[in-house]
Amino acid sequence: MKYFYYPGCSLEGTAREYSLATTALLAALGGSIEELPDWNCCGATAAEAVSRLLCLALPARNLALAEKAAPGQDILVPCSACYLNMRRAWDKVCHDPATRRQINQTLEEEGLSVSGSTKVRHLLDVLCLDFGADSVFKKLKRSLAGLVVAPYYGCQCLRPYPVFDDPEAPSCMEPLIRATGAKVHPWSMGAVCCGASHGTTKKEVGLALVGEILDDARGADVIVTVCPMCQMNLEAHQKKISKQRGRDLSISILYLPQLLGMALGLPEKDLGLNLNLGIAPGFMEKLRSPLIKQQENKADAA
Amino acid sequence: MIPKERPFIEPDKFHDLEGVQKMLASCIQCGTCSGSCPNAFAMDVTPRTLWRMVLTGQKEAIFQTRTFILCSSCYSCTLRCPRGLPLTEAMSALKQIASREGLAPYKASTRFYKSFLDSVRRHGKVREGEMMTLYFLSMKNPLLPLQFAPLGLRLMLKGKVGAPFPTRGKRPLESLFNKVMQLENNP
Repeated sequence: MKYFYYPGCSLEGTAREYSLATTALLAALGGSIEELPDWNCCGATAAEAVSRLLCLALPARNLALAEKAAPGQDILVPCSACYLNMRRAWDKVCHDPATRRQINQTLEEEGLSVSGSTKVRHLLDVLCLDFGADSVFKKLKRSLAGLVVAPYYGCQCLRPYPVFDDPEAPSCMEPLIRATGAKVHPWSMGAVCCGASHGTTKKEVGLALVGEILDDARGADVIVTVCPMCQMNLEAHQKKISKQRGRDLSISILYLPQLLGMALGLPEKDLGLNLNLGIAPGFMEKLRSPLIKQQENKADAA
Repeated sequence: MIPKERPFIEPDKFHDLEGVQKMLASCIQCGTCSGSCPNAFAMDVTPRTLWRMVLTGQKEAIFQTRTFILCSSCYSCTLRCPRGLPLTEAMSALKQIASREGLAPYKASTRFYKSFLDSVRRHGKVREGEMMTLYFLSMKNPLLPLQFAPLGLRLMLKGKVGAPFPTRGKRPLESLFNKVMQLENNP
């Protein structure tokens, strides 16, 4: 399977490990990706707060670049905010001719145009539907039995476009997690907002939202995410939130492909595991330990 | 360029509100949006009430609430609205008016959006370190960077953010930005 890879700005900066783990995991699963040449920022949540047309034109330029380079080849997007922006631009291009005309006017000078022939896919969509839990299970090199994993979907990979899962009660990460031997943490915060950019501009509100998520994750060893904004919000303020709430809420936060990559036995460096901000004491030993396999066998025997 | 901030919106600047009113025209005031909103606890006016204020044209009052600027675009309300209204888009449309008019109560957010897009316009992609520096400069609050210093330092030690100094850049998206401005000003 071949995709254009659209990393997005965060994956070249604060979320470098997400990009490393995504490319390493896809290579291990037999996928083929090629970075979209000359891509630009999707506008994140800033463009939609300033200009309706800008928030469509910026992501549409990337669609136009992909259409020009290889018509019909899907674009794979690991960041949920980038995904939503590109998916929305695609939606408007396909279903709103007046807006499509406006968008194409903004691309004209560069000799680009967009018709909607390229599909936009979230990494989670591709992992679940194109590869599936079986492909992870078949290549398993290390059982993660003993780990309890809380799947965190966030908002924008499934809302407002519920393309590959139920946006109210998503569950598509669960087969992938179970394929590694790990257990899924039962919780209700998997699709509740982390506050997005409130973490920067309205910190007290952002911290309250993240606090609720961390609270519900108690009992899990790790939360896995599929968005650099969610990841940053969940991992960066744990000390402060623990202090506010008077209990230790520190927990490891990994990107989903980092967890799956460990299960496939990929080198930690290739997964960027040295770059995460939120790794709880003792967690890496648990993730690495070859004993995990033996514990599972014992448990099975018992 | 950050436009001069005004405390309240000027009477002739409300033409955008008509668009928002159209989006919300069939609102039945059921309150599903307020019940679904993760940020409602921090709002002074609930989303349901805000829609009523928009539909009844209470322009000055709308732009004194914290409600729309606290929308984190989670799309829960949009998904659940029994009338299928584009509620998150309506929140964004109000943010766009606040950004365009540079309304003072919202400057902590609107200056962040502008700093972000300024960095995108310079380089085609956002440079996170540069964006934060532009934001601090625009807020003119010398204490603000201190709030972010511990996290910034952790990110720098991991080699995740580059030099925070703004650079001029090649401005590869200039034609796109210019055309957007032209089309929005003369639709």
